[in-house]
Amino acid sequence: MCLAIPGRILSTEERDTNRIARVEFGGVIREALLDLVPEARVGDYVMVHVGLAISRVDAEEAEETLELLRSMDALDYAGADG
Amino acid sequence: MKYVDEYRDEGVVRALVAHLACQVTRSWVLMEICGGQTHTIMRYGLDELLPRQIELVHGPGCPVCVTPLETIDKAIALAARPEVTFVTYGDMLRVPGSESDLFRVRAAGGDVRVVYSPMEALKLARSHPERQVVFFAIGFETTAPANAMALRQAGREGLKNFSALVSHMLVPPAIRLLLESSSNRVQGFIAPGHVCTVMGLEQYETLSREFGVPFVVGGFEPVDLLEATAMLVAQLETGRAEVENQYVRSVSRRGNRAAQRLIKEVFEVCDRKWRGIGVIRQSGLRLRAALGEHDTEQLFDLDDFHAEEPAECLSADVLQGLKTPPDCPAFGTRCTPQNPLGALMVSGEGTCAAYHRYRGVAESRGRR
Repeated sequence: MCLAIPGRILSTEERDTNRIARVEFGGVIREALLDLVPEARVGDYVMVHVGLAISRVDAEEAEETLELLRSMDALDYAGADG
Repeated sequence: MKYVDEYRDEGVVRALVAHLACQVTRSWVLMEICGGQTHTIMRYGLDELLPRQIELVHGPGCPVCVTPLETIDKAIALAARPEVTFVTYGDMLRVPGSESDLFRVRAAGGDVRVVYSPMEALKLARSHPERQVVFFAIGFETTAPANAMALRQAGREGLKNFSALVSHMLVPPAIRLLLESSSNRVQGFIAPGHVCTVMGLEQYETLSREFGVPFVVGGFEPVDLLEATAMLVAQLETGRAEVENQYVRSVSRRGNRAAQRLIKEVFEVCDRKWRGIGVIRQSGLRLRAALGEHDTEQLFDLDDFHAEEPAECLSADVLQGLKTPPDCPAFGTRCTPQNPLGALMVSGEGTCAAYHRYRGVAESRGRR
C-alpha cells in the first residue's frame, strides 16, 4: 500500500491550481501531481505514490551510496559465497 | 528501471550477506514495520540468506490489514446503497468484513469503483453530480497527503457530492505500543521508507531515545533491506541506539514539510482502533470539523457497527511480532487467500499472504 515508484519527469504544466507532470516509469507514462515537490524539474526523478510525488530523488546521495556498495562488492567480498 | 534495478543486484546482495555474517556475534530480533518491506523479504527469500543469529519479525505496517473490521463493514453497507458510488484503492476490494466484502457488493450490482489516485475520485464526483461519491480514505502517513489534497480540493470547489470515509493510521504510536509491551522481543527496527519520506526522522528519534532502541530507515528493494539490516546489526553489536537513514535517495531528516502542512490542514490526530490490535491512543487521523460536509460518517446515517474477529485468527500476535503465520493452526487450511479468516491473509502485503504465496504451507511449517 505504501509503495512509491521512482519515475522521470518528462514535462510539466500548470493546470487549475495544480502543477502536473508527465512521468515515465520504466516505459509507462502517467500523470503525477508535483505540488509537494516544487523543486522538481524536467529530467529529475520523483517518488510517486497514488498519483502524488512525495519526494525528489536525491541523485547525488543515491550515486554515492551505490558507489560505496559496489566497492564493497568488488574489494572486500569478491567471491564470497554468503 | 533506474533507482530500482541497481538495488536488486545479485553481487551487492551477496556482498552484504557476507558482510553481515562477519559482523554478527550474537542473536538479534529485528522488525521491519512496513508490509511492502515484508513482501520484498519473502519474495526474495532475504530472511533465508541472513545469518542464523538474525531473526526478522514482521510488523503491523499494512494499512489494508489493520483497517478495523467495523470500518470495512461500514464501507460495505455504504457501497450497497443505490445512491452511492463507492471509490476505493484496489487493495481494499477483497478485504473480508464480518459477512461480505466490497468485491461481492460489486458483483451484486453495487457501484464500486477502483482508482489509482484519489484525484480520480474527485473527477467522478464532478462528472456525476447526481451520485453521492464516497471515497475510502485509508492508509498511513504515505497516503495521507494525497487523500488530504483531494479533500482540500473538494472543500475549495464546494463539491457537495464528494465525501470520504476516513480511516487513516499513524505508524509511531503502534511502534510505541510494541515497545511498551512486556512481551516485546524486538531489539531494532527497520523504519518504513515512504512514511519517513513524508514525515522525516524526528518521531523515530524520540522513540529511539526514549526506549534505547535503534532504528534504520530502509527502502524497499533487496539491497535496501539488507543494507538497513547491516546498519541495524552494526548499531546493536556496538551498543548504539540511534536513528540512521539507509534510504537517503528519498528520505531527508525533516521529511516533506509541505506534505506535513497539508496533512495538518485537513486532518487532526485521534484515537484509532487497529484490526487485530485494538484501540491505540492518538494513532489515527480524522477530518477536521471545517471539512465536516465531506465527512461520510457525518453525512450518512450509519448504524453502529460492532464486529468480532474470528477467534481462531492469530493476526493480533502476528502483527506484534509474537508469532509467525505457520504458528497458526488455520494457516493454509481454514485460512487461505481465497477464503481468508483475517486481513493479514487477504492483502498482498499481509504477512500471512506473503508466507502463503512465496513459501507455501508445508515449507513454511517445515522451516518454523
